[in-house]
Amino acid sequence: MDLKLKILNLIERDAKLSARTIATMLDEEEATIAALIKKMEDEKIILGYNTMINWDKLGDDGVTAMIEVKVMPEREVGFNRIAERICRFPEVKSVQLMSGTYDLSVIVTGKTMKDISWFVSHKLSTLDQIQSTVTLFILKTYKQEHVMFDEDDDDKRLVVSP
Amino acid sequence: MNDMNKYLSETVKTIPPSGIRKFFDLVSQTEGVISLGVGEPDFVTPWHIREACLYSLEKGYTMYTSNSGLLELREEIAKYQKRQIGVDYSPQKEILVTVGVSEAVDIALRALIEPGDEVLIPDPSYVCYAPGAAMAYGKSVMVPTYDADEYRMRADVLESCITPKSKILILPYPNNPTGAIMEKTDLEAIAEVVRKHDLIVLSDEIYGELTYTGKHFSFASLPGMKDRTILLNGFSKAYAMTGWRIGYACGHPDIIAAMTKIHQYTIMCAPIMAQKAAIEALRNGEEQMRKMIENYNYRRKLLLNGFKQIGLECFEPRGAFYCFPSIKNTPYNSEEFCEKLLYEEQVATVPGNAFGNSGEGFIRCCYAASVSNLEEALIRIGNFLNRHR
Repeated sequence: MDLKLKILNLIERDAKLSARTIATMLDEEEATIAALIKKMEDEKIILGYNTMINWDKLGDDGVTAMIEVKVMPEREVGFNRIAERICRFPEVKSVQLMSGTYDLSVIVTGKTMKDISWFVSHKLSTLDQIQSTVTLFILKTYKQEHVMFDEDDDDKRLVVSP
Repeated sequence: MNDMNKYLSETVKTIPPSGIRKFFDLVSQTEGVISLGVGEPDFVTPWHIREACLYSLEKGYTMYTSNSGLLELREEIAKYQKRQIGVDYSPQKEILVTVGVSEAVDIALRALIEPGDEVLIPDPSYVCYAPGAAMAYGKSVMVPTYDADEYRMRADVLESCITPKSKILILPYPNNPTGAIMEKTDLEAIAEVVRKHDLIVLSDEIYGELTYTGKHFSFASLPGMKDRTILLNGFSKAYAMTGWRIGYACGHPDIIAAMTKIHQYTIMCAPIMAQKAAIEALRNGEEQMRKMIENYNYRRKLLLNGFKQIGLECFEPRGAFYCFPSIKNTPYNSEEFCEKLLYEEQVATVPGNAFGNSGEGFIRCCYAASVSNLEEALIRIGNFLNRHR
């Protein structure tokens, strides 16, 4: 497998792995790994490093909603211009073009349900190309980015075995 | 309370309890331990395998199977061994599904041993062979293996251990606790001795898939060795299925028939749910298995390199998921080292002598642990060495 792919596979699941550790794992020089990571960052193959947080555990009452948006595509640019425009709102967490009964899936976060409904009614629905929206509030996250949120993942093995 | 020991069989009384048991109790009483003392994968069985078992339960598969195991499973095993080692085994006559390789070792020894027959066992190796031989009224003869040979078994050393009573040679490679493997040329030299002295080989290949430098080579695939070999494998290590207790033996129809006889009266059959899961593992488990192996390999390099940096000498283990570093440049023997390391730094390892006298001066460290735990363990062992050299 390509070295770049190997690095990406490793840090996709654990961004905290150091270049040195990765180098040892892959039988490479630390400098080689560091340079490749830097290169992939420059080329925007690696776009950033996030922390996955279970906000519920902090008693955070924030709200997340997925909004199904039907859009009238525009001549020459299709869905791109409107999608990019929606992306610019800071409360928008992600925007994806979908196949099926609606066009854009927009994930929005806010402090309260009111925040989100205000965003939808005042900002999103008022855009010219938007035909309709359906707002679906997320009630509970079980798994995200391959990580189970509430699972006890303690090591269940005996501490010593032959 | 009455002392009931007088009722116990002399054979059982003379078998020493496993050295690991004592260490397990010590570790269990200690807080905040990072354990490199385990002997099993840190992965949970892949979901598709667990799900296949659930589905079979939903469908009502809760009955006995044939003594030999589900034919469907034996057919998959035959195909798998053909792919892996290029040897043909007849699903009808040459394969027996057992409760883990442990059962297979036991019934193979019982099927073969006449009282007083000698069983040649590499030293160090996994703890079950010598007691297994003893319970079948055989005598175990330890064949020392050495750090300098990367713990491969040497034909000349084997030859020197042979007597007119020698009957069975156990070849557990890749090896627990050392991580040693035997390559084709190593095995060819052993085959000479086996042929010359008319031995039967018990080839425990439970770690076969976990070979990191090249592909695993099976003794059974050497010319003329298939009939002399009882090949043992299972699902515990490669598919992370230790708790399912499912394994198998492949060999000559006469030997498999004899083993089946013991199996049918003592075990009846391996649990059907584990057999159903094993079928799924062989049919669709290869990709996930490869990923797990790749992952062990990363961590193997991490631990090995870490040992080098903190000055713990260790040959490169090419199989299983253990490193077997030498602690001979410390003032302690294996047990003292492991106990002190546990008390002072809360890192659990297993003393090498728990696996035989040739393991004295070494410790077994399992790298089926998370990267962060391995890195932390290395720091702690490094601190320990700085204080005790």
